[in-house]
Amino acid sequence: MYQPYLVLQARALTSQTAESDAIRFLVGTQSLKFDNQIHIIDFDDENNIISKSVLQHQAGEIWHISASPADKAVLTTCYNKSEAPALSLSQLGASVFPAQVVSSESRVVTCGAVWRMPPEWESGSHESPDDPHNSHNPQNLELLCHLDNSSHGNASCVLWEPMGDGKHVISLADNHALLWDLTESSTQATISSSATLEGKGQLKFTAGKWSPHHNCTQLATANDTAIRGWDLRTMSQIYCIENAHGQLVRDLDFNPNKQYYLASCGDDCKVKFWDVRNINEPVKTLEEHSHWVWSVRFNHSHDQLVLTGSSDSRVILSNMVSISSEPFGHLVDDDDLSDGEDNHQDEKTQEPLQDSIISTYEEHEDSVYAVEWSSADPWLFASLSYDGRLVINRVPRALKYHILL
Amino acid sequence: MYGNFSVCFSARKRRVHGMLKLYYGLNEEGKTVDQAESMNPCDINGTHFDPEVYLNKFRRECSLGELMDQESCMVKQIRSLDSDMQTLVYENYNKFISATDTIRKMKNDFKKMEDEMDCLSTNMAAITEFSAHISGTLQDQHAQITKLSGVHNLLRKLQFLFELPARLNKCLELQAYSQAVSSHRRARCVLQQYSHMPSFRGIQDDCHAIMDKLAQELRQKFRDGGSSAKDLSECVELLLQLDEPAEELCDKFLIHAQSRLETNLRGLEAETDILEFIDRGCNEFVSSLCLVIASYQELFVNRPQEGNLASKNIPQMAIGKLHAFVDAMATCYFSLVERRIQEEKSVGDNSLLVRALDRFHRRLQAVAKLLPGSAVPSQGTEIVVRAARERIKQYLAALQSFYLDSLRDVRQALAAPRLGGNAPASLPELLSSLSASILNQIKSVLASVHLFTAKDITFSNKPYFKGEFCSQGVRESLVVNFIKFVCQSSRQFCESAGDRGGSTPPALLLLLSRLCLDYETSTITYILTLTDEQFLVQHRSPVTAVAALCGEAREAAQKLLKHYVKVQGLIISQMLRKSVETRDWVNTIEPRNVRAVMKRVVEDTTSIDVQVSLLYEEGTRKAHSSDSSKRTFSVYSGSRQQTRYAPSYTPSAAMDTNFLSNIHKLFSERIDIFSPVEFNKVSVVTGIIKISLKTFLECVRLRTFGRYGLQQIQVDCNYLQMYLWRFVSDENLVHFLLDEIVGSTAHRCLDPAPMEQSVIEVICERG
Repeated sequence: MYQPYLVLQARALTSQTAESDAIRFLVGTQSLKFDNQIHIIDFDDENNIISKSVLQHQAGEIWHISASPADKAVLTTCYNKSEAPALSLSQLGASVFPAQVVSSESRVVTCGAVWRMPPEWESGSHESPDDPHNSHNPQNLELLCHLDNSSHGNASCVLWEPMGDGKHVISLADNHALLWDLTESSTQATISSSATLEGKGQLKFTAGKWSPHHNCTQLATANDTAIRGWDLRTMSQIYCIENAHGQLVRDLDFNPNKQYYLASCGDDCKVKFWDVRNINEPVKTLEEHSHWVWSVRFNHSHDQLVLTGSSDSRVILSNMVSISSEPFGHLVDDDDLSDGEDNHQDEKTQEPLQDSIISTYEEHEDSVYAVEWSSADPWLFASLSYDGRLVINRVPRALKYHILL
Repeated sequence: MYGNFSVCFSARKRRVHGMLKLYYGLNEEGKTVDQAESMNPCDINGTHFDPEVYLNKFRRECSLGELMDQESCMVKQIRSLDSDMQTLVYENYNKFISATDTIRKMKNDFKKMEDEMDCLSTNMAAITEFSAHISGTLQDQHAQITKLSGVHNLLRKLQFLFELPARLNKCLELQAYSQAVSSHRRARCVLQQYSHMPSFRGIQDDCHAIMDKLAQELRQKFRDGGSSAKDLSECVELLLQLDEPAEELCDKFLIHAQSRLETNLRGLEAETDILEFIDRGCNEFVSSLCLVIASYQELFVNRPQEGNLASKNIPQMAIGKLHAFVDAMATCYFSLVERRIQEEKSVGDNSLLVRALDRFHRRLQAVAKLLPGSAVPSQGTEIVVRAARERIKQYLAALQSFYLDSLRDVRQALAAPRLGGNAPASLPELLSSLSASILNQIKSVLASVHLFTAKDITFSNKPYFKGEFCSQGVRESLVVNFIKFVCQSSRQFCESAGDRGGSTPPALLLLLSRLCLDYETSTITYILTLTDEQFLVQHRSPVTAVAALCGEAREAAQKLLKHYVKVQGLIISQMLRKSVETRDWVNTIEPRNVRAVMKRVVEDTTSIDVQVSLLYEEGTRKAHSSDSSKRTFSVYSGSRQQTRYAPSYTPSAAMDTNFLSNIHKLFSERIDIFSPVEFNKVSVVTGIIKISLKTFLECVRLRTFGRYGLQQIQVDCNYLQMYLWRFVSDENLVHFLLDEIVGSTAHRCLDPAPMEQSVIEVICERG
């Protein structure tokens, strides 16, 4: 529907979690050659206008981005430090053997950090995305603290405590899950506890999700083909779904309304829904994509709506009615129903509960690595493909009314 | 009178007569002729003929000549009429004369007869008088004689009664039971009537005692049972005449028979061979049963009804008992038979079972003839039907296990080359032997099952075997189910092993897919036609259509082939993924040769190509240059690549590159990585290459490269380009994906300095 192009490749997308009024997405770019940026995409629903603001993220290319649930201005990124060749080139200048310099010194490290957006970005740079001045003089992000602990390896993602006060984050680094406590101003982070995945070979977390249920004491992680659940109080493993997918698991998401339900996706082109109380069999399997599925997201309010993005360049919106927390497609509590609405409900119950693909979005030309629902408007979502195209779409109106009424 | 005489006239006369009749105003029925005709005064033959009018009319209408003609004609007619009349009058007169003579003669004869009758009546009166006289005189004597003869009779009866006990005793001694019984029957009423007189009472008591003894003896004889059927029947008859309750007799008879039949059944249980079992069952049990039924009917049912001794409902009661008895015995027998048939599990030789069932069924027909209303034969038929159904199930199971065994053999054969050193059986050979052995097995099963419907088998003309057995049983349950099983088990290979893909060898998937495809194109039609022909299936009940089965087979074939592509693609993908993930691309050394994994990829692709080409046709490619890889290679490595990499040194141009690549993508076709696979080699191999290269691309995008990392990827891609283009349907696809890989690598490169194309070529050609 709306397709602003970023000039650089991008993988990282998040909605601004703490923002409940404006429809706003944050995109982190990925470039080794230029200064990386964080694009703040604002969507004006009434006028169908997209506006973009840019903040500089000079630390390196962004692999993962995550916004604080408590403070709109605070966010975390996982980025690659790639200063090594730049350093060697600047120091040695016209080196006779640049190859040796690169091979001996350059090292790519991924680390995590907490940032604060400058307060004036909103007023100062709220102009057309095509305005060249704007992109030439972007403001910088303010570094709050590093979540860096080089002994623990490369950070693959940073997770905020869902619905928390913005004091706790988890970072997944190689085979470690680290729980950090942030100070009031988020300027200092200390490791409060950690868990380590042990086993044969080089284990590495590829994805993770902090469960919003059970008082936020559970974490789910993916490594290779397995999905693991962790109890954060003891930092010990609760469950482990071996061979959850035939190949690598790429992403996880918790059903926001059903505490034991979990969705996962991976390189076997499948999306699977799990009840973690019974890990032998998935509750449901979708096989609609024709290549790796990189991202899966439940709608925050209506968990039958499931969004998936894949490297077949497609985004698919599915209606998983049969495993939803609101199987009859209505939000109204039974107590509130008047007699007239009762009849209405009867009609609904007669309809068979059928899972269906609502829509397949094919606007992207390249692999879609991230999809995200808006935190402000439950009927709106964004998807980001590698070529930097961000597409914002709405849930089809007919379905929206079907769910609401 | 006139009418009577005219009957015998000749035809000519009749005509004349008709004319006369007309003249007198009579028609054939003697009525006046039609009014319209008769009212005309000018009609010379009509009743209302008026000569004046007629004459006037003529005079007015006709000329003189005509009048003259008319006149002469009329004179002629009048003359002929006159002569006719004369003849008639003469003839009638003659007849009248002769009639008068006859009447006169009759008058004389009657007078004589009257005199004789008078004489007769006087004689009769005299005879009557005499007769009355005689009977009057004989009256007294006649009465006396009648009385005397009555007394004589009574005396004879009394003597018989007095002698009865002695006579009965004698009969008992001589075992002349029937005589005794008939004597006693004759006396019984009288004795009963006069039992108030002491003398008669004594006789009656004596008789009773003797008869009781006799009955006892008869009963004893009956119970012994060793006696012949004739004796037995006599015995029963006498007992019945002695007012023994028939019901009790029936029961006793049946109990006796039951014990004998049960011995037969017990003997049966020891039999092992099914044919012998049935034989023995038929010869011993069924024939005894028939004997029992026959003699029972002789005794109780068909016995001639004599006297009022046998109450009328005895036959009905007896028949009822017989039915119950036969049903009970048959149930025992049937349960035994059924248990035995169920033990018959080996599917090797069906003819034994069919023969046994035939014999079983045939012998039961005897029972049906003897006992028309019995449920036994129909129950027997049901057993046969059940056995046939069971048999079909067993055959289906046998076919299924045979199929699975064959598959296991194929699997072993596929694995064998690695274990043993001998020449591996090639895929086409395995396929043809597999499909031939399955087909043979189906044929032999059909032949076995066909025995059930052979002409000389008695139950083959039962409605079940004519209709349902053929259509629902053989066609649906056996053949169609088997085909469905084949498809289903094939599909299971895709599902169960789907996630890991390791458990099913890919070659097997390929082979099965071809098998299913062959089934779709010809085998299913062939098998079903064969079945329909052999069993003359009448399509009364709904049967699965050939098209539906073919569709299922095609679907299975498609699924298997798709799975094959996925599995093979995954194997190559994994190699590529590991090779990209495990290397430190930033700090790699300058490329000196193609990485081994790329050679491995090409080798594997080649072997897959060979493997697929064994079973599938070549398929169509998009037309490409007949030139070797060199030309396409140069296009790929030429200007396009240069324009893509060169600007990335200068930041300002980077946007343009990106923009250009996006424009390029807009116009290039979208590539479906796991797109539907067609049934040909090129499509299959293209699918596998697409999956592999896409994986390569995604993996590259996750890494960061140094200068030599990029160069190594360039070399690798160039190498792949040199060898892979020939396998795919559209070489542009390979170009596009490899371009994309190199492009993405360049983007992910810290120090993007591409290698000279000439150097790349040298390295690649070196191997």
